[in-house]
Amino acid sequence: MATARRRNGAADGEAPAAPDAAIIDALKKFETPAPAAFSKDEELRAYRDMLLIRRFEEKAGQLYGMGFIGGFCHLYIGQEAVVVGMQMAMQEGDQVITGYRDHGHMLATGMAARGVMAELTGRRSGYSKGKGGSMHMFSKEKNFFGGHGIVGAQVPIGTGLAFANRYNGSKAASITYFGDGAANQGQVYESFNMASLWKLPVVYIIENNRYAMGTSVNRASAETNFSHRGLSFKIPGIQVDGMDVRAVKAAGDLALEHCRSGEGPVILEMMTYRYRGHSMSDPAKYRTRDEVQKMRSEQDPIDQVRRRLAEEQGVSEDDLKAIDKEVRDVVADSADFAQNDPEPDVSELWTDIYAEAVPQAAE
Amino acid sequence: MPTEILMPALSPTMEEGTLAKWVKNEGDSVAPGDVIAEIETDKATMEVEAIDEGTLGKILVTAGTEGVKVNTPIAVLLAEGESAADIGSSSGSKQSADAEQQDVAGEKATSERVEGSSSQPQQRSVPAEGMKHPQPANEDKIVSPEIPEGTEMVTTTVREALRDAMAEEMRRDGTVFLMGEEVAEYQGAYKISQGLLEEFGARRVVDTPITEHGFAGLGVGAAFAGLKPIVEFMTFNFAMQAIDQIINSAAKTLYMAGGQMGCPIVFRGPNGAAARVAAQHSQDYAAWYSHIPGLKVVQPYSAADAKGLLKSAIRDPNPVIFLENEILYGHSFEVPKLDDWTVPIGKARVHKEGKDVTIVSFGIGMTYAVKAAEELAKEGIDAEVLDLRTIRPMDVDAIVRSVKKTNRCVTVEEGYPQNSVGSEIASQLMVNAFDYLDAPVLKVCGKDVPMPYAANLEKLALPSVKEVMDAVKAVCYRD
Repeated sequence: MATARRRNGAADGEAPAAPDAAIIDALKKFETPAPAAFSKDEELRAYRDMLLIRRFEEKAGQLYGMGFIGGFCHLYIGQEAVVVGMQMAMQEGDQVITGYRDHGHMLATGMAARGVMAELTGRRSGYSKGKGGSMHMFSKEKNFFGGHGIVGAQVPIGTGLAFANRYNGSKAASITYFGDGAANQGQVYESFNMASLWKLPVVYIIENNRYAMGTSVNRASAETNFSHRGLSFKIPGIQVDGMDVRAVKAAGDLALEHCRSGEGPVILEMMTYRYRGHSMSDPAKYRTRDEVQKMRSEQDPIDQVRRRLAEEQGVSEDDLKAIDKEVRDVVADSADFAQNDPEPDVSELWTDIYAEAVPQAAE
Repeated sequence: MPTEILMPALSPTMEEGTLAKWVKNEGDSVAPGDVIAEIETDKATMEVEAIDEGTLGKILVTAGTEGVKVNTPIAVLLAEGESAADIGSSSGSKQSADAEQQDVAGEKATSERVEGSSSQPQQRSVPAEGMKHPQPANEDKIVSPEIPEGTEMVTTTVREALRDAMAEEMRRDGTVFLMGEEVAEYQGAYKISQGLLEEFGARRVVDTPITEHGFAGLGVGAAFAGLKPIVEFMTFNFAMQAIDQIINSAAKTLYMAGGQMGCPIVFRGPNGAAARVAAQHSQDYAAWYSHIPGLKVVQPYSAADAKGLLKSAIRDPNPVIFLENEILYGHSFEVPKLDDWTVPIGKARVHKEGKDVTIVSFGIGMTYAVKAAEELAKEGIDAEVLDLRTIRPMDVDAIVRSVKKTNRCVTVEEGYPQNSVGSEIASQLMVNAFDYLDAPVLKVCGKDVPMPYAANLEKLALPSVKEVMDAVKAVCYRD
């Protein structure tokens, strides 16, 4: 029971709540919902959008090997259901922000494959004119706020997007993605505290792909159930099958409704898996080939949808192949574009360091 | 023996205060812990508690007296058996009052207690005089080139000027908001945000938890989303917790986004040494932040510049580091009474014209520079004093123009010497005015040591007027 005294006394005369009760409340708030029942159109959209990310990332890996893409390149292969399912739950005006494994998020928000790939190759038509690269891309138009290279830094920023939503009285929510690695950063908890204190409309998506670079979750985290990480801030959280796009969509619906109604943040821990190494230079010695193979063959998010489309929705093999071809064409076009687009003009070295002041009209 | 109750120091930088009210009257008996008086500083009203038991024998400073210096006897306490007749009969032991207060760091500050036995006063080591920042003459008469002739001037403290700047910009633009620790209900740890909560409400004046990294990042996100946050750090020492968000997120995003998205945000708060707060709370970040492309760095000296530059900083579409100084908060200057007084970022100001040597400084450093120039004038050296006001982008043209006239330059700042702002100025002059220099550029900086606590060492660690004068004489080849 609560025996702790409030240092300054409860100013409003309210009795302090037992801390365990608060945690239990947060725990009880949600149960992982059943996977959403998808219409044929929804299944088709999920299939196409996930496949685009898969093929795009495979091509990016290939271009990296050919030397067209430099530096760090973190592929999203295996995790596609997370962003696609969340995107299907979002509404116009909702914002997305993530870390550096970000190509999938950009494509999911509707950013053009050409612009993303040209940024990866460091060319002038890239989203950041070639000056940002794989980890630093933005699209104000698509409400995509990056692309952040410092582990965990996007979490307070995403919380700030939610702060702006509340400040502006808008119903938009901020979808703030980070990984199991970032979940151990201090600024994540600073953000949780403010988000809960001020009931900000933010959904924290912890993409638990089991490895923070080469360190498995149980080697790095005292509490490996990340959905519980918000409990001491009274933030409800649930674990979600992040390999099933329908489960992600259902959890996203629940979380977004909660924060749009002014109830504050929610944590969704997406149980997912990345097939590739942390970055292109990762030999992935920290796990077995069998482990990866087992996930691919048994839980692949795209195979799951493809199977349902064929078996439950009666989509023919030819129709599926037509989608495959359309996606391959988009990706091939983006790769072709990104290899032939010129590098930025050398004058770009000196631009975009400071924004010019524009005359402002007083309110 | 009667005990004198002394005016207590209630903050690291307090030198005087107003004795607002006596809670006890002459003849009242007091016990330790009793509130005996209320004292107003420029920051807050504090209650003074008795330490010893006795009777309030005589009140020496009447209620309402302003400008009572710290350590002035304000009353005399009589012990049992003593009477008012004993007062003044001997060098009564001095007892300063304890004060019930929270200082800015949230710690309970106790004023100095002099508890030595009166029978052995000569064994008490008298501490060296502490740091007193130079008080240049006519500080309040500073004018800026931007002020139209004939403008009415109002004497204003830097503290009030900063508050006015924020209030005016918040009235003008609904996307401007202030957030930070104690900015709202407490009215600001240094009372910079006094009255803002009342006028603008809790939506726009936001108290944060003590969570610098978190709220700096949150502010960056709000700026990305189109708001114009003013993020107050209680002091810039605490902003080191947040420096990743300031540099990696705020400063670099415009470039990394190919110009698509920037970060219109002001990070402001007191910077540099206050007084007796030692190493972790005494550091000048001018050189640190001025290293970073994408940031603008402003460090005003006068109230007019503080107001005009803060308004410009809030309107600027880029992240601006706005470095204030706790000691300057209470200094008064003339501020033009104009509807919309702004000072451009990136422009230095000739504070005093001269022909023999250029002294370049900024912020609190100006107090040494101006005072030194006054003293040097008496010795026949006519120094030009240039107030940089903005560290980045630096007004190199103004420095070069002045040095081409005087052929000599001394820089003054409280920051560390290596890679200091003065180092950059020396380098710029080498490149841009080499043939005009008649002597090497000399830097007067804080010493290359963590700030010590002891009063005498702290004084040595900071620049001094004498050091500035010596440097000027050296570059002028005068003894």
